[in-house]
Amino acid sequence: MLLAPFFVLFFIFTAFPVLMAFGLSFTYYNVLESPKWIGWENYATLFIKDEVFLIALKNTLLFALITGPLSYIACFLLAWLINELSPKIRTIVTLLFYAPSISGNVYLIWQVGFSGDSFGYVNAFLIKWGFILEPIQWLQDPKYMLIIIMIVQLWLSLGTAFLAFIAGLQSMDATLIEAGSIDGVKNRWQELWFITLPSMRPQLMFGAVMQITSSFAVADVATSMVGFPSPQYAAHTIVTHLNDFGTIRFEMGYACAIATVLFVIMLGSNMVIQWLLRKVGE
Amino acid sequence: MKLTIRLRREKKLNRSMPVDLIVFALLACSGAFMGIPFVFMISTALKPLDEMFLFPPTFIVRTPTLDNFYDLFLIFANSWVPLSRYLFNTFFVSFLGTAGHVILASMAAYPLAKLKIPGRNFLFTLVVLSLMFASQVTSIPNYLTISWMGLLNTYWALIFPAFATSLGLFLMKQFMEQIPDSLLEAAKIDGASEYRIFWQIVMPIVRPAWLTLIIFSFKGLWGTGSGSQGASYIYSEQLKTMDYAFSQILSGGFVRSGPMAAAALIMMTVPIAIFIFTQSNVIQTMSTSGMKD
Repeated sequence: MLLAPFFVLFFIFTAFPVLMAFGLSFTYYNVLESPKWIGWENYATLFIKDEVFLIALKNTLLFALITGPLSYIACFLLAWLINELSPKIRTIVTLLFYAPSISGNVYLIWQVGFSGDSFGYVNAFLIKWGFILEPIQWLQDPKYMLIIIMIVQLWLSLGTAFLAFIAGLQSMDATLIEAGSIDGVKNRWQELWFITLPSMRPQLMFGAVMQITSSFAVADVATSMVGFPSPQYAAHTIVTHLNDFGTIRFEMGYACAIATVLFVIMLGSNMVIQWLLRKVGE
Repeated sequence: MKLTIRLRREKKLNRSMPVDLIVFALLACSGAFMGIPFVFMISTALKPLDEMFLFPPTFIVRTPTLDNFYDLFLIFANSWVPLSRYLFNTFFVSFLGTAGHVILASMAAYPLAKLKIPGRNFLFTLVVLSLMFASQVTSIPNYLTISWMGLLNTYWALIFPAFATSLGLFLMKQFMEQIPDSLLEAAKIDGASEYRIFWQIVMPIVRPAWLTLIIFSFKGLWGTGSGSQGASYIYSEQLKTMDYAFSQILSGGFVRSGPMAAAALIMMTVPIAIFIFTQSNVIQTMSTSGMKD
């Protein structure tokens, strides 16, 4: 009985929608008329005709492959370093590092920093020190866009996983480390490799899920930093493509095909990473 | 007293001075990377208009003023939906959504963690799987479901989905697992019903976990409405949230970056304040967050 309220909503808003998206992805559906079965056509269009989707796929994979691992390592490394500090300072530093991920729209300040005229901080700095003569259009130039969004994304990425790592390190059994030093662990690297990492495996796996899922879902940051659609689709991602068809063009069937592809990619990579992490400790 | 001082002076295990310095340097660099945007933002929020167009731009504001905050309210004074309405919407959605989420997730977590009921492993596996994809995957079906239920353009379109966020259930269940069974059994022998055990024994023990759920859920709901999902669920101006209003009014224009920073500063205070008050509880909860094989 206690289970019912949560799980009814969970099925309505999370579990069934996945199946629904899968079902609708084989139809043409524009909300006004009832869905029309068209088989694999949406998927064929996606991968063969829709060049913008392929750009989006490429960008999304770039985000996931670069910001995903980087942010994961940063989460762990910083948590590990913070753990060396005294409790009072640790509390403050944790707040500082975690703050970006809970402070909503503050990331828009990066837009001011990378603003394309000479009043932007980055441009002004580079001009003043003689690296460049003309201001660079950071947020309009496809060359820089992706990198800047990645930096912002990294800045935002010390979230739930970071907290889980800090907590995991704090609750670690100190006697393990003492026992390790008797067994011949000499420095902090050995301690990290032989004692800390293995005993934190559950947190590491949880953190991986959090980081992977969010690194594939880049959209709002990109949209508000460089606009939608971004120049030459340089910052187009699967999720912005999905929103384009789902909330602007109302081609629900096609949008559901995009959602299904996204679902498969996210779940697939999570499964692979979980499997790998499980192997590491064995 | 003397003993503690001596213990602190003692060399820590497996640590060396040079590497400690590198650690400190690394922390300082990343601290700067994380912190400088905030300094920027506060400084931009306090800058008078003429100082925005100085070259080279000043990093720290010279003559701080509250003009930008004043401008922000002026912009709202001219919009036909008053500021107080947006504020009310945000608070209403955030509070109700968070409260409902904490209660429902705790209720569901208890049987999953402590009662031997058929299918509990299956349900929990579903929850774990749902952590592995982002909510954007279900955004289209959710939009359709919400419109079929007639909830489009009501607060409930934002609140109901927030009730059943799976991360909350996951964390709550993991935290409840560490409650010793003997405690619950003792209560049962004393004749307490499952409901009483849940409300009077389990819920007080898991206080750190619900504080954690509060910050996670609140943070999500507080910033809701400016993202593409929130915007499509609610189209009446008087039902929109603060976050949406800010992002609409302030989009575009360098001149607006002052009020933009002021708005972002106001918006961030609430979640940050909640986190400051709940931090130690959150850390305690997250230590049980691990995924077991």
